[in-house]
Amino acid sequence: MSSDATFHTNSRAIAWIDHRLPIFSFVHEHLVAYPAPRNLNYMWNFGALAGISLVIMIATGIFLAMHYVATPDKAFDSVEHIMREVQYGWLIRYIHMNMASFFFIVVYIHIFRGLYYGSYKPPREVLWLLGIVILLLMMASAFIGYTLPWGQMSYWGATVITNLFSAIPLVGDELVVWLRGGFSIGAPTLSRFFALHYLLPFIIVGVVVLHIWALHRFGSNNPLGIDAKGPQDKVPFHPYYTIKDMFGLGVFLTIFAAVVFFAPNYLGHPDNYVPADQLTTPSHIVPEWYFLPFYAILRSIPDKLLGVVAMFGSIVVLAALPWLDRSPVRSTRYRPMHKWFFALLVVDVLVLGWIGAKPPEGIYLVIGRLATLYYFLHFLVVLPLLGKFETPKPRPQSIAEPVLKGGGGPAAAPAKPMEKA
Amino acid sequence: MADAANAGGGGSGEGGGQSRRDFLYLASGAMGAVGVATVAWPFIDYMNPSDAVLALASVEVDISGIDPGMAIKVMWRGTPVFVRHRTEASIESARSVALDDLPDPVADEQRVNRTEWLVVEGVCTHLGCIPLGNSSSEPRGDYGGWFCPCHGSHYDTAGRIRKGPAPANLPVPPHSFIDDTTIKIG
Repeated sequence: MSSDATFHTNSRAIAWIDHRLPIFSFVHEHLVAYPAPRNLNYMWNFGALAGISLVIMIATGIFLAMHYVATPDKAFDSVEHIMREVQYGWLIRYIHMNMASFFFIVVYIHIFRGLYYGSYKPPREVLWLLGIVILLLMMASAFIGYTLPWGQMSYWGATVITNLFSAIPLVGDELVVWLRGGFSIGAPTLSRFFALHYLLPFIIVGVVVLHIWALHRFGSNNPLGIDAKGPQDKVPFHPYYTIKDMFGLGVFLTIFAAVVFFAPNYLGHPDNYVPADQLTTPSHIVPEWYFLPFYAILRSIPDKLLGVVAMFGSIVVLAALPWLDRSPVRSTRYRPMHKWFFALLVVDVLVLGWIGAKPPEGIYLVIGRLATLYYFLHFLVVLPLLGKFETPKPRPQSIAEPVLKGGGGPAAAPAKPMEKA
Repeated sequence: MADAANAGGGGSGEGGGQSRRDFLYLASGAMGAVGVATVAWPFIDYMNPSDAVLALASVEVDISGIDPGMAIKVMWRGTPVFVRHRTEASIESARSVALDDLPDPVADEQRVNRTEWLVVEGVCTHLGCIPLGNSSSEPRGDYGGWFCPCHGSHYDTAGRIRKGPAPANLPVPPHSFIDDTTIKIG
């Protein structure tokens, strides 16, 4: 328990194991002693929250799988069986269902935090790319998982999304049949989706390990966006950030519990409580809320193939971000112009989400197209130009400097938190 | 930990910070344990049989077609139940044995509602196999009842264990006669 980076123990048994398998040293290094910048704000809680959300999704999902049956004639009924007959089945399903939404809220905030504080900039490009991989895997898991209850939205959502691949020239139609294992969504689709829905989260866990590995290579970015100069700029992860993460988790779970117990279906769509009917499409198909901005981009392009390309491109462009944003300054605190464009991007994505839930006609179509246009302009034109024309504000010399300005002697004060630890 | 608590305790006097920090650790640890247990319970209970499974299902069995000496197998709560129409000789052999000679002593009279009809759960009390002997062509063991092929337990004509590794008699499920040709099990 200290600034000491090496692991010490008085237990001979633990020392014996650790000598042969240094797992205790590993945990100590990455969860206890890991030196984190001393100035992390609450925006840095969302990585830990995302990890915990993933664990909750896997835990509840494994239990749901114990009573779920992945066949078209039983899937809907087995979900209702879980809801009505299995003890606490309603609770575990509502946790799983709503945590999917909360997981996306957390991850989107995590991504926007990275955008604002320049966490994708050198030397953290691979860390950022791994994050994009996690996002894509999450989206695939969420879409596939939404198919499993076999309601109307499940069925028609799966139909529409698999049909996206038919836009691919030459092989599109064959590819769709291959994805579905048939000419329409059916029994083979459902069972392969279930198998993949069980698999993908564990692949996400693997990529998360890589993500944290890459993070700990250079350490966390921080709100000032400058590198830590020495030990006076850092505090050990435990207890400083374990406690801060625990507090954030408490707030997060309180809000989450309020939704699970008082508005469990608020974020869902009532049509998905109607069993899948292959002969009737619901009058108004919308994806889950977390896909709405992408759905809006898809629909704002009048060409089928280009719409699909734009939708996937909206994520691919994020992966190119470390090379599009040429500004050497990480934190937007010191980028007077980027601050406004960043705010505009946030509004733009919210507008896209709103448009995604509206029918694609009239004024909605116009707004959707303008919002789509700005989304791509922001990344492909604004960011590269800002790097050239923006004059950044002066940045502090070190992380400790702004904290200590005006108080205490620079020699004595910086070490104080470390003594505490 | 203790050093850290002392240094950072900020208590009014020496020792004061220490005990206050200890109290905080204990209180939050206890609260955490209660929270974990509260959340764990729904997950544990989720794996219990649901009320639909627990509901004591009952089946009605038509016994008019069972000749003396024969038995049938019916499903009740997912396990087989033997319904046996006993012959005079079977009843006699079940009642003539001294209770002291039985590994699990119960009188034949306590195991039947009507003398000629024996109803027992058809699951060997050793390791759960289904004993043979419902039809006279199957081996019925040394005592004319049932014989379990898995590990060689012999049951008599009252379904009582007589020989072999099984520790107890075949259980008698709750059952009653609706009329002369119908038994309700459960």
